[in-house]
Amino acid sequence: MSEKIIIQIKDLTKIYGMGDAQVRALDGVSLTIEENELVAVMGPSGSGKSTLMNILGCLDRPTDGSYILAGEDVSSLNKTELAIIRNQRIGFVFQSYNLLANTSALENVMLPLLYNRNGSAGNNEEQKQKGLAVLEAVGLSDRIKHKPQELSGGQMQRVAIARALINDPVIILADEPTGNLDSGSGEEIMRLLVELHSNGSTIVMVTHEDEIAAYAQRVIRFRDGRIETDQMNGEKTSLLSNEEVSLASE
Amino acid sequence: MRANKVIQIAWKGLSKNKMRSLLTMLGVIIGVAAVIIMIAVSAGTEKTIEEQITGLGSNLVFVQANFSRGGFGRGGPGSGESEGGLVYSDADAIAEGVAGVTGVVVEQPSSEMIKAGEVTLEAVDILGTTPDFPSVRDMNIETGRYFTQQELDRTQKVAVLGSSLAEELFGDAPPVGQTVMVGNTKLTVVGVFAEKGLVGDVDFDMRLYTPITVVFQKFTPSQFARFMGDRVRLIYVEVDGETPIEEIILQIELLLARRHDVSLEEPDFLVTTQQDIIDTQAATTEAFRNLLAWVAAVSLLVGGIGIMNIMMVSVTERTREIGIRQSVGASPNDIRWQFLTEALMLSLLGGFIGIAVGIGGAYLFGELGGMRTVVVPESILLAFSSAAAVGIFFGFYPANLAAQLDPIEALRHE
Repeated sequence: MSEKIIIQIKDLTKIYGMGDAQVRALDGVSLTIEENELVAVMGPSGSGKSTLMNILGCLDRPTDGSYILAGEDVSSLNKTELAIIRNQRIGFVFQSYNLLANTSALENVMLPLLYNRNGSAGNNEEQKQKGLAVLEAVGLSDRIKHKPQELSGGQMQRVAIARALINDPVIILADEPTGNLDSGSGEEIMRLLVELHSNGSTIVMVTHEDEIAAYAQRVIRFRDGRIETDQMNGEKTSLLSNEEVSLASE
Repeated sequence: MRANKVIQIAWKGLSKNKMRSLLTMLGVIIGVAAVIIMIAVSAGTEKTIEEQITGLGSNLVFVQANFSRGGFGRGGPGSGESEGGLVYSDADAIAEGVAGVTGVVVEQPSSEMIKAGEVTLEAVDILGTTPDFPSVRDMNIETGRYFTQQELDRTQKVAVLGSSLAEELFGDAPPVGQTVMVGNTKLTVVGVFAEKGLVGDVDFDMRLYTPITVVFQKFTPSQFARFMGDRVRLIYVEVDGETPIEEIILQIELLLARRHDVSLEEPDFLVTTQQDIIDTQAATTEAFRNLLAWVAAVSLLVGGIGIMNIMMVSVTERTREIGIRQSVGASPNDIRWQFLTEALMLSLLGGFIGIAVGIGGAYLFGELGGMRTVVVPESILLAFSSAAAVGIFFGFYPANLAAQLDPIEALRHE
């Protein structure tokens, strides 16, 4: 397998509920994402894009199919093993920031280090230096002691991005990162993500807005639990079926 | 995740809701304090009784009149050696007739006004007793001497003073050779005891000791004297500690049965040892202890349920926080430890405060309540470990609930 492949999923299926109430949120999705890609995932609500993000983020497990993240099969790991993957491999950015209230920006950013089991987090001073470094990377060096309620939406999202960066993840997953922001702040956040991308990060983001998707190199559209289109930005819409996509990736 | 971080997070969680945490701890505080105070009170009582028993002297056998047999009826009052319980001459008979007996003491208490020169003291305890008293009750003469058998036999009006009494009556002047007016009777002081202190609640130093015959003759109200004759309630028998105690008891029983003309199956007296009294006391204390254990268990149970309740509320309130922690890599165990630590911290903190309140309370009971209290170190250990056990036991269920939350569900929680 190529070292450059970060995400490889095959025939991924997620079924919620039972019997007649069964919902196939993901219906045999196959997809490959390579290193240093900036991918936008689009689609109407209920199309399966959030389910895909949750599985990619190891917050959820697929009903069927395989998921290989940076060479490691994570589709059958238990809760504790998934927690380790989330901690070490994935940086998650949420629409609603998900910062701890009454906790300073620096402490929020350092939170993943608290659950770092392999000892690479270093001592307290090293951890603090790491936290300060990522806060500087997102341009918030002057806000380290501020609590979320003292920050603007754009600043909170930058804290969340700093937190996602602190354990050097192989991929950053952003679930509508600009969804709660005004267009000015949203643009700032996108510029930050693009900058991270140009520094080598692999980023997958979900968005509703075409202007946001325009920052991505590659846009994947979902409908009814399947990939509808998967195209490079600027290309014409390719109308490959799921089968053809999975064949193509083989 | 390192332990100090876990503790730090738990502390932060608790201090966010100070009032709530304090109220939650209240159950444990009360439980732990109650355990310590009650054990302290019971230990104090036990110690008082123990001192009373050892204060009696060592190697003692007690012979008591057994009135429950109705002994007063048959012989008639004042008829001397009859079935009417114990009489004074029984003591002499035991001293002479039982092998292994080294001393016999009979006590007859009374209370009189005492005058010496200008000093008058109301209602001083008078103890009519016998010459073996100092050795049997472990009392030492400081100056002068104790009275003799001869003085007792002749009903000589002599007195030996307790140390505090001597000081109150005569100050620095030497009391020996002086006379004191006890009621209407003039007694000559022949000796003063060394300080003995309190034994239980009896002050041995504030008493006047005189031959029992003097008490019978002068300080027993006449209506009692006619009725009682020379009856006594209790005879202390000191034994040599070599002759088996069972043998001495049997000899005393045979002797008294013969003298009183009663059968051993239906005696008008009871012979007991110090060990019997200690055993009875131990049984009573044991029952009291068991009761305390139940009280403690119930209050700690209530405290524990309080902790569990508040932890459940806390898990619900902080579901989103749990989701955030899970999303950045907290494993089920990390979450479980976080909440278990909080529960444990609540109970241990409650335990610490409870210990402080308990020790303070025991002290106040002793100082203000007039109760003797002895804080037993083991009770602190017991109370503390119970508090810890409560924290772990009642914290486990809520902690487990938190640990099993689904990260996606938890993140969606508002």
